[in-house]
Amino acid sequence: MATWKSDLRESEVTPEVLYLRRRDFLRLGAAGALAAALPAAAAPSGPSGPVLATSKSENLAGSEKPTPWDAVTTYNNFYEFGTSKEDPARYAGSLRPRPWSVAVEGEVKRPQVLDVDALLKAFPLEERIYRHRCVEAWSMVIPWVGFPLASLVAKLEPTSKAKFVEFHTLEDPDRMPGQRRGVLDWPYTEGLRMDEAMHPLTLLAAGLYGRVLPNQNGAPLRLVVPWKYGFKGIKSIVRIRFTEAQPRTTWALMAPSEYGFYANVNPAVDHPRWSQAKERRIGEFFRRDTLPFNGYAAEVAPLYAGMDPRKLY
Amino acid sequence: MAPRANAAPAAPARDPGRLRRRLLRLTVWALCLAPLGKMAYDGATGGLGANPVEAVLNRLGFWTITCLAASLAATPANDLLGWSGPLRVRRLIGLFAFAYACTHFAFYVVVDKFFDWRTIAGDLTKRPFIMVGFAALLVLLPLAVTSTNGWVRRLGHRRWKRLHRLVYAAAALAVIHFLWRVKADHRRPLLFAAAFGALLAARIPAWVRAAREPAPPRRGPRQAERV
Repeated sequence: MATWKSDLRESEVTPEVLYLRRRDFLRLGAAGALAAALPAAAAPSGPSGPVLATSKSENLAGSEKPTPWDAVTTYNNFYEFGTSKEDPARYAGSLRPRPWSVAVEGEVKRPQVLDVDALLKAFPLEERIYRHRCVEAWSMVIPWVGFPLASLVAKLEPTSKAKFVEFHTLEDPDRMPGQRRGVLDWPYTEGLRMDEAMHPLTLLAAGLYGRVLPNQNGAPLRLVVPWKYGFKGIKSIVRIRFTEAQPRTTWALMAPSEYGFYANVNPAVDHPRWSQAKERRIGEFFRRDTLPFNGYAAEVAPLYAGMDPRKLY
Repeated sequence: MAPRANAAPAAPARDPGRLRRRLLRLTVWALCLAPLGKMAYDGATGGLGANPVEAVLNRLGFWTITCLAASLAATPANDLLGWSGPLRVRRLIGLFAFAYACTHFAFYVVVDKFFDWRTIAGDLTKRPFIMVGFAALLVLLPLAVTSTNGWVRRLGHRRWKRLHRLVYAAAALAVIHFLWRVKADHRRPLLFAAAFGALLAARIPAWVRAAREPAPPRRGPRQAERV
């Protein structure tokens, strides 16, 4: 078979980003071209990175619009890469999400070390669109890709002594420059009560918007607990430990009067320094009312029946 | 008698400093307004990030405290380095600090809270860091009002000087407001605290000297000084 030699050079290929936006250019015309002349004013970029196939999609945020990819991936609290919201997107490039293993320890039948790729192959990935509420009173709607934590826990066979699940983030000051300062006690530690961990809503996420999780969002594996404040969503997990005693979580250690173990979203319980009754949905101007349990009361309120909600901050 | 500021313009050759003073004031105006320009530019180009309200509020606060620090640097610059330039524009910078403080507070009321008086009242009565910030603004208010030459004459220089020592209180309150606002990263507020501490310490030699000298004889109401 004759081979065909093209005289086109690779440098002449239209960049994918422009190719995908060609219809925008036609639609916006001159105005769009002018706007594009301003630096960083080009149309916001869409999801990027390797695609993650999902077997199903569930929308648990009602009619609320998902927050654009740009905002979700450039407005992050991930102090391991700096304490400004823009720092993680700027500096998380140094994180190496592969090779990555998750150590399983504690009150479990067989302590082991799991390779993250093996983990992601073992459980079918699904898309879940969740509300995400930060304790700082801003919120987003994010289409996560992951699998229920309950599936993994069931497979790991915790013993009867396991009352809680504890998670640790990677501790590597070389790769995570924010860890060179003691702004928080590293490694970042979070935890859930066993019934919270087994709840169908609790997700181990490996992606968002159908793509692999960007580093700044907690690659390669992070926790998503939509009825709790976002700091419970521990990122870049390297250790899962089943414990008898309640885990001592990082923010609760840092400021016990402000951050608790449960951190259930509750508009009636103020943070000592600001009200939790309203939130700023990223992308919207007017603040909206915060919902009890971030709108997941029907699904999770029974877990806390009989507990004083004021103590569940 | 020294020519008043608004006297008929002298030929530049006889008052070469006038052009330089003009330039100095223009430069200060430009520098103090530049952050607002940058905010507008960033707003138009997406440089304010995903939460522009928070970004602007934080920036306005930062420039308030920065202008305060700059105005407090004028006296030590004169005492220790012999520069008279900063003293000439100290009032201008101080008023910019007040302007930024007002804008910061107005932005909080209008944009961040959008006239949610219930929440604002709650903040002002339940959140120490907000009370402290509001107190700083309240302290700056009489200083702004009495910043004019007319008021220096009305109060007399000594009383005016004593009133304007309140600026130290405003600076302290502003730093505490900032310190209590941040979640965990105390670096920036502590940097400002160190800066204010240094600016205060830089005044000590002049105070010591003034304390040693006998009080000058009262000469009657003074010509309004360059404040």
